[in-house]
Amino acid sequence: MAIRDRLSGNEAVAIAMRQIEPDVMGAFPITPSTEIPEYFSSFIADGLADTEFIAVESEHSAMSTCMGASAAGARAVTATSSAGLAYMWELLYVVASARLPVTMAVVNRALTGPININNDHSDSMGARDSGWLQIYAETNQEVYDNFIQAIPIAEAARLPIMVCQDGFITSHGVSNIDLIEDEKVKGFVGEYRPENYLLKHENPLAVGPYGTSPYYMEFKRQQAQSMKDAMPIIMDVAERFERMTGRKYGFFEEYMMDDAEVALVCIGSSAGTGKEAVDRLRAEGKKVGLIKLRVFRPFPRIPLAEAMCKVKAVAIMDKAESFSNSGGPLFNEARSSLYDLKDKPYAINYIYGLGGRDIRVEDFYDIYQDLFVIIEHDDPGDVYRYIGVRDSRFR
Amino acid sequence: MKTKASELNEQSTWQEVTTGAEIYEPATSLLVNTGEWRTMRPVFLKDKCKQCMLCVPFCPDSSIPVKDGKREDFDLMHCKGCGICAKVCPFDAIDFVEEVK
Ligand code: SF4
Ligand code: SF4
Repeated sequence: MAIRDRLSGNEAVAIAMRQIEPDVMGAFPITPSTEIPEYFSSFIADGLADTEFIAVESEHSAMSTCMGASAAGARAVTATSSAGLAYMWELLYVVASARLPVTMAVVNRALTGPININNDHSDSMGARDSGWLQIYAETNQEVYDNFIQAIPIAEAARLPIMVCQDGFITSHGVSNIDLIEDEKVKGFVGEYRPENYLLKHENPLAVGPYGTSPYYMEFKRQQAQSMKDAMPIIMDVAERFERMTGRKYGFFEEYMMDDAEVALVCIGSSAGTGKEAVDRLRAEGKKVGLIKLRVFRPFPRIPLAEAMCKVKAVAIMDKAESFSNSGGPLFNEARSSLYDLKDKPYAINYIYGLGGRDIRVEDFYDIYQDLFVIIEHDDPGDVYRYIGVRDSRFR
Repeated sequence: MKTKASELNEQSTWQEVTTGAEIYEPATSLLVNTGEWRTMRPVFLKDKCKQCMLCVPFCPDSSIPVKDGKREDFDLMHCKGCGICAKVCPFDAIDFVEEVK
C-alpha cells in the first residue's frame, strides 16, 4: 500500500534519499536546493539512514567528493542549484567521461546576471553538453519518482544523472504525494555492484588517466554511444517502476495529442499550467495538445519528432536563453529533429519564465492562438519569440 | 568489456578502448616511451662509479635502475635528460652529452 503524504519537492527528494540510503552524500547548500541536504542530514543524524554525509566548502568539492566516492565503488548523491551547478562545471565533465553514475538532484534556478534566486532552466540547460543524463519533473510526485528511477538508470548506463525540478515551484510547493514503502524502494534500486572500483584490492585500477590525441576521440565516441544506449535503459526502468507503482513514465508525456491540430512542447512544472489551458480550449472545441518532455538527455529525437508531426504547428517552450540569436536549447534540438520528416509542422520558439517570471493559463491561450493564426495564414512569421516580457512595441 | 591498457594501441577502435578510459593493470607507464623528447643524455661511466647510490633517489623519473644493491645503466626509455644525476655524482661517473639521433 502506497503511503499518502503531503510534501514539498525537496522533502520528497530527501525521503527518496533516505529510502535509497546511498553510501555517500557530498553537499554544499545553495538556494533553493539547500533543504535537500538539510533534511537528509537530519535523517542521518537521527539514525534513519546509514550514509556518510560529507559537508564540504564548495560545490566544486561536493562534486569532487561524489567523484572520488563513486570511483571507489560507493553510491554517491548530491544536490545543487544555479551557481552551485556552475561551480561544479569542471567536474561534471570529468565524472561523465569517467562514466561514474553519480545522482544529483538539481533544483533549477536562474544563473546570475542579474542575481536571481527564482526558477528557470538556465543552470541545467547550460550543462546539457557535459555528458550527464537529464530528467525533468512537472510535479512533486514526479520529482520523487524520477529520483528513485535515476539510481538504476545511472548505474545501468554507467552515466551520471541530473534529476531536475523547478526551484520554489515544486521544490517548496507542498502537494499530495504517494510514497513507496522503504523496502520496496530498496528492492527497486538494489545494491550497487560496479564491476571495477578503486577499493577492489584484487583488481588494481586507475581512473581518469591522460588521454593523448591518438586515444581521446575514441573515448568521446564511446561516451556518445553510452547516451544512445541509455534510451532503452530509461524505458526498462520506467516499465519496472510502473509494475511497482502503476505510475507510467516515458521520454515525454503526450496530453490530448491524438487529434490535436496545434501543440506545445515544454519541460517541467509549466506543463501543469499548459494542461489547464488545453482543458479550457478543448471545452471550447479547439483541438490543442501538449507534450511534456521528461528526458532531455539523451534527447529522444525520433519519438519526439513523431509525436510533434501529428500537428500542423508546434510551440517549443524554453525556460532558458542560449543567446544564440536562433532560439533556446530545446527549440534548436526539437526543431532539428523535425528536419528529416517529409510532412513537418511549423515550429515556433517561445522563451518564457526567466528568473521566476510567471507563466499563466492566459499566456498559453495566447500561444495556442498564435499557432492557429500561423496555420491559417500558412506563415510562421518570426520563429524566435518571447512571451511574458514587457515590450514597448506592444504597449 | 575489459581490455588491458597493454593491449591497446593507436589502431584500437572506440569499441575496443576501455570503458571511461579506465586502466585495469598497474605500472602501465613502463610501456610508454616518454624519453623520446630528451635533448641531452646522461652517459654512465661504469669504471668511475663507486656505487654510492646518490644519483638514484635524485632522479625525478626513476630512470636509474638498481639491481642487487647496484645501479645499472640508465633506462633511456623514460629518462628525460634533466641532468640532475650528472650534477650530483661526486665521482664524475656520469657524462652529460647532447642527444644525437
Ligand atoms: S638525466 Fe635526469 S631523468 Fe635522466 S637519469 Fe639523470 S636524473 Fe634521471
Ligand atoms: S652518484 Fe655517481 S658514483 Fe654514485 S652511484 Fe650514481 S653514478 Fe655511481
